[in-house]
Amino acid sequence: MELRTQPFMVNIGPQHPSTHGVFRLRVIFDGETIVDLEPVFGYLHRGLEKLGEGRTYTQCLTLTDRQDYLSAMNNNLAYVLAVEKLGGIPVPPQATQVRVLVSELQRIASHLFAIGAFINDLGAFFSPFMYMLREREKITDLFEMLCGQRLTHNFLRIGGLSHDLPPEFMPALRALIDSMPRFIDEYDQLLSDNEIIWARSKGVGVLPRDLAINASASGPVLRGSGVAWDLRQADPYLNYPQFQFDIPIGANGDAYDRFRVRLEEMRQSVRIIKQAMESLPGGPVMTPDVNLALRLPKGEAYAHVESPRGELGYYLVSDGSINPYRFKVRAPSFINLTTLRELCLGWKLADAIVILGSIDIVLGEVDR
Amino acid sequence: MWDTITNLLPLVGAALHDFLYGFLPGWLAYLLLGFIFIVILLVSILNTVLAFIWLERRGISRFQVRLGPDRVGPMGLLQPIADAVKLMTKEDIVPAGGDRAVHYLAAVLVFVPALLVFAVLPFAPGVVFADLNIGILYIIAIGSVGVIGVFMGGWASNNKYSLMGAMRAVAQMVSYEVPMVLSVIGVVMVAQSLSLEHIVQAQELPFILLQPLGFFIYFAAASAELNRTPMDLLEAESEIIAGYHVEYSGMKFALFFLAEYANALAVSIIVSTLFLGGWKLPLVPPYIALPLKIFAVFGLMLWIRSTLPRLRVDQLMGFAWKGLLPIALLNIFITGGELLIFKGYPSWLALVNIPLAALILFIWSRLFTIKIRATATSARPAPSARNV
Repeated sequence: MELRTQPFMVNIGPQHPSTHGVFRLRVIFDGETIVDLEPVFGYLHRGLEKLGEGRTYTQCLTLTDRQDYLSAMNNNLAYVLAVEKLGGIPVPPQATQVRVLVSELQRIASHLFAIGAFINDLGAFFSPFMYMLREREKITDLFEMLCGQRLTHNFLRIGGLSHDLPPEFMPALRALIDSMPRFIDEYDQLLSDNEIIWARSKGVGVLPRDLAINASASGPVLRGSGVAWDLRQADPYLNYPQFQFDIPIGANGDAYDRFRVRLEEMRQSVRIIKQAMESLPGGPVMTPDVNLALRLPKGEAYAHVESPRGELGYYLVSDGSINPYRFKVRAPSFINLTTLRELCLGWKLADAIVILGSIDIVLGEVDR
Repeated sequence: MWDTITNLLPLVGAALHDFLYGFLPGWLAYLLLGFIFIVILLVSILNTVLAFIWLERRGISRFQVRLGPDRVGPMGLLQPIADAVKLMTKEDIVPAGGDRAVHYLAAVLVFVPALLVFAVLPFAPGVVFADLNIGILYIIAIGSVGVIGVFMGGWASNNKYSLMGAMRAVAQMVSYEVPMVLSVIGVVMVAQSLSLEHIVQAQELPFILLQPLGFFIYFAAASAELNRTPMDLLEAESEIIAGYHVEYSGMKFALFFLAEYANALAVSIIVSTLFLGGWKLPLVPPYIALPLKIFAVFGLMLWIRSTLPRLRVDQLMGFAWKGLLPIALLNIFITGGELLIFKGYPSWLALVNIPLAALILFIWSRLFTIKIRATATSARPAPSARNV
């Protein structure tokens, strides 16, 4: 007798422990093998881009850190840079340097979260995640000291910062940065050569170099595929050109490489913070008389930063009124997701989860 | 004096036996005695399971640099009881389109074998419900019934995740039964008996020293049977949420949950009995020695669970058939050869077997991982660089 078999469709999500939010994958399985996969977005759509059009430029700032809530500082930064570019607003040197500090701290925090969640997707019972959260907690404590907020900081302002560093901030930061390399080395030792992590993530979800470029992937996903493209060096903003740091790249473009790139980037971020701490210029942190109901000249501007997830860009069109005419976000994890189908086809269910984890999406940013 | 302490439990049993037979007709006393013992056994199993759940939650939270449950009772000791009460009062849901009868039966079929195993486990000298002369065979036979319940649960839930979990469960549990049984054969050969009581008595030296390879295989295969990480594929949370029991709630879920921990307890006792000398420990009375060993084995499981990530389905099956099965056969071969040469199994063979087991495991793990690494493309990425 011949058994009749048929592929069957499974909805992974929107409520699922591993979709990092409300994200849905419509997957067609043949046994455990993925035959077809379709990502379904929009469960967290809040219409932030449209909302921005009804608000003043200052008010829009609070919309930005609710997009990629794991790297709110970088989101604030990209928006603020776009407004400053359009309005030609100067920024004091101390504010620029502090912006570098906080955005690198945010990168470490975000990568810690990403790596923890990735190992969790591999099936570890929350232990790596908890250790990563322990370190991330110290950074959120720092942010709390800085601006009273732990997740959506709203610390940057158009033309500077909301206020200068509090006096107790620098000693705390120094203590953190002194201890951080030790922890990163520890995680590297524990995770990078783990046999099961090798078996599960090496060769899984290989994103070829050409496909990565064509799909306009960015961030660790692109660098995992061996393209040394980092906006901090490719199109420098703030005063990144002053600092020495390397761009880690992967060799194969698999999930393991993306994980390794993130681990290595944390080291580089620590390096940048160390240099930035040494050379804080001091002085005012806010350009005086930036109007709260800011009117920008007619025109458009695009500013992008290297957020932990890739190229985060804000595109603003001004018609001369107090609201932006168009408030467009280039969300890196949304664009990185476009290759998900190609990465997952032919792999097993467990691999799809790992691949999704290695792309490191934040649903607040994907759906906006 | 020492003898009284060692034989405390059998003495109490005998006294009860004499008391009941003193004034009751034989058949009634027999029934009543059996009933009393079953109640004692059930209560002690369930209490130990509650202790296990508490230990697991607290222990794992310590591994994960957090506190764990500490609100209910001192050190959170009453948390499992609060959870049990919560589960009992919850609504019992059978999914639409699910098979009601099978859905119900599955929970029972998983729970009952988990308890039946305890019938032949020796807790102290003379304290065993049925000292079957084929005790090990009984354990293996009963242990493999559970998988039917798991599959029924997954099938009757009318849920794709459950079905996937059930398919994985059958594949995994059937596969790991093979190396598990083969690893026990080594112990049986050394002890020259299938009765657990005899196996304990035969251990002048714990069999973990004489059969280190057998211990490793048994422990690995048993943790796969218990579906604990790194082999918890059938309820892989990050993939198929809870696997076969995703559609269970209330008391039926509690039965699955209890069965899981009762199985963990049974495996801890079996490992202690077969490999760690059972209730034997110098200078310690048996009813303290055995719990010590049980909690040590369970602690080891906790440690592994909180440390390792999970394998993939095909890798897991490969590990059973290509990894464990050959060394299990090799273990039987080596044990048989040694028995043949030495006409018995002298204790000094431990000095031979431990290095031998280490060598075999080392060589085999190198050979086995080539397969995994060949599928992965190449070495770790050089964090290379374009300096500014």
